[in-house]
Amino acid sequence: MSEKIVVGLDGSGSGARAVDYAKKLGALIGSCELILVYVVEWSPFSFQTPEENAERHKRRQEEIKQAMDRVVTPAVDGLKKEGFETRGVVRHGDVADTLERVAVEEKAVQIVVARASDTGFASRIFGSSTANLVMNASVPVTVVS
Amino acid sequence: MKRLFPLALSGLALSATPLAAQEAKTIDATVNEAFAAVTGPFVSLIFAPIPGTSFPWIVMWLVIAASIFTIYFGFVQFKAFGHSIALVKGDYSDPDDAGEVSHFQALATALSGTVGLGNIAGVAVAVGIGGPGATFWMILAGLLGMASKFTECTLGVKYRNEYPDGTVSGGPMYYMSKGFAEKGTPGGKILAVVFSIFCILGALGGGNMFQANQAHQQIAGIVGDYPGWITGLLFAGVVFAVIVGGIKSIARVTEKVVPFMGVLYVGTALIILLVNFDKIGWAFGQIIDGAFTGAGVAGGMVGALIQGFKRAAFSNEAGVGSAAIAHSAVRTKEPITEGFVSLLEPFIDTVVICTMTALVITISGMLMIDPASGDYILNGSSIQTVGDVSGVSLTSAAFATGFSWFPYVLVIAVILFAFSTMISWSYYGLKAWTYLFGEGKTTELIFKIIFCVFVVIGAAASLGPVIDFSDAAIFAMAVVNISALYVLMPIVKAELQSYTSRLKSGEIKKFTGH
Repeated sequence: MSEKIVVGLDGSGSGARAVDYAKKLGALIGSCELILVYVVEWSPFSFQTPEENAERHKRRQEEIKQAMDRVVTPAVDGLKKEGFETRGVVRHGDVADTLERVAVEEKAVQIVVARASDTGFASRIFGSSTANLVMNASVPVTVVS
Repeated sequence: MKRLFPLALSGLALSATPLAAQEAKTIDATVNEAFAAVTGPFVSLIFAPIPGTSFPWIVMWLVIAASIFTIYFGFVQFKAFGHSIALVKGDYSDPDDAGEVSHFQALATALSGTVGLGNIAGVAVAVGIGGPGATFWMILAGLLGMASKFTECTLGVKYRNEYPDGTVSGGPMYYMSKGFAEKGTPGGKILAVVFSIFCILGALGGGNMFQANQAHQQIAGIVGDYPGWITGLLFAGVVFAVIVGGIKSIARVTEKVVPFMGVLYVGTALIILLVNFDKIGWAFGQIIDGAFTGAGVAGGMVGALIQGFKRAAFSNEAGVGSAAIAHSAVRTKEPITEGFVSLLEPFIDTVVICTMTALVITISGMLMIDPASGDYILNGSSIQTVGDVSGVSLTSAAFATGFSWFPYVLVIAVILFAFSTMISWSYYGLKAWTYLFGEGKTTELIFKIIFCVFVVIGAAASLGPVIDFSDAAIFAMAVVNISALYVLMPIVKAELQSYTSRLKSGEIKKFTGH
């Protein structure tokens, strides 16, 4: 039975670094599937206008398609060309919670993410997604610098 | 030259002012008279008192309907209260549906359309006329109204239209036409058309002109009197940017600030109540005593009851059908869950926020009491207040006894509440408009532009009959909506029974995460 590694993508250079590291891990493990996860940041407790609510389903579909087309599919295709067993997933939610949930659902042995590039006031107060993931995940997490 | 030009202009303005004012007055008066002549009978019919009383039959219509729904659904508002909160918290939300409209979002959106002047000015009017006893009847009407919201919002989700592009349209007009057809009952489409017409008028009036007008009054109260059309143009510009220009950042800021203002309002009220802790027992005594004896107010117990019921109905809109439009955007497999969530709306709006306002006014000592008899001093039909204030000014003065800076916050709150109510009603009106004239960019744009024009008219004019008519139109929505709810309530009951049994059997369970 092949092992599974969940890799966090964010469409930037840090996501690509996480994929590079996961490739090395995958090669070492041998039979290993890399699950590339892109999380669209979303909170069920945000406030919206009635019109935004009415269009929310449509927007969600568009967000998923955009993330798939621009970030996930190119990364998955690249890995497949290199001979890796891989697939991509796009989910909405809190980044740390969602990566952890996908890892638990998939029975992954590890989550690989790159150090977050987010700085600023909010991340200082609430912590970055990476820090939250490291503190709360029930699955081993590797943070690539 | 630069200095002379404005001087010359002001001179021109000075000489022209009396004539212009006279002309404006004439136009204003002419419009008022013509409009009143046409709409007067309709307004009188909607707000007519029950013969032999001063109780408007429309308020009785809303309260009786709420009582019937309460009994018919086995006091669902009390039995399902805990489950409603669990739904809002997201305990029963499938994580795979993340990114869709959540129950919390639908509730918050609907609340931003109802929390507003009714909670601030309306309650002051109720307590000012009906005495503290009106609060008891207001709370009772709020609790009963929860069942009306439950009924209409369940149907709103169940019979909404879902379009191929993923957008949705829902509300009473859809459950009237589709629900009646499903039951084989005739007349659904006619009711839907009538409802839509009233909804458009209500949206342009109570949901727009009245709000713009009150916002202007508040701003003018702070900065001094100035022409209303300036406020109107400013508001219309912002509303236009949001609903036509799709500038979501403005809407997002408002949608974030409005709940904050709501929390600040309740928080301040709580602090005032805590500081006056020793008077809370006395205040509740006044409320209970006043509710059943009507001691010291004009009209006695019935006067208190009328005011309490009336202001609760005006504030939470339960049975009007507007909330069914707002709640129908939720994508749920179980329409009844949105009914459960919506019943929290009258609770928050009326039972919590309105009660806070009423308690602060009672405790503040703004209502003058005759030290000899212990009764309230009457000034005509209302209670004499310190400084002879009423409406928003009474609430403002009452809060100022605790925090002198609060009137300024209240002005901002009233303006923001007015704005968010306008945004919500622009959507309700739009849905009724597209129901009548069809979905499409051009059709929608026409309504949105009309809506913005009415913002300016509302702020600029003090067209009493127009406001009366638009209020009447909102309550006429309730006549049509509740008639439909009586026909369709067995469908809601079947949904309720099915859901409750599956919840008990464990078929519907919480998503615990992992």
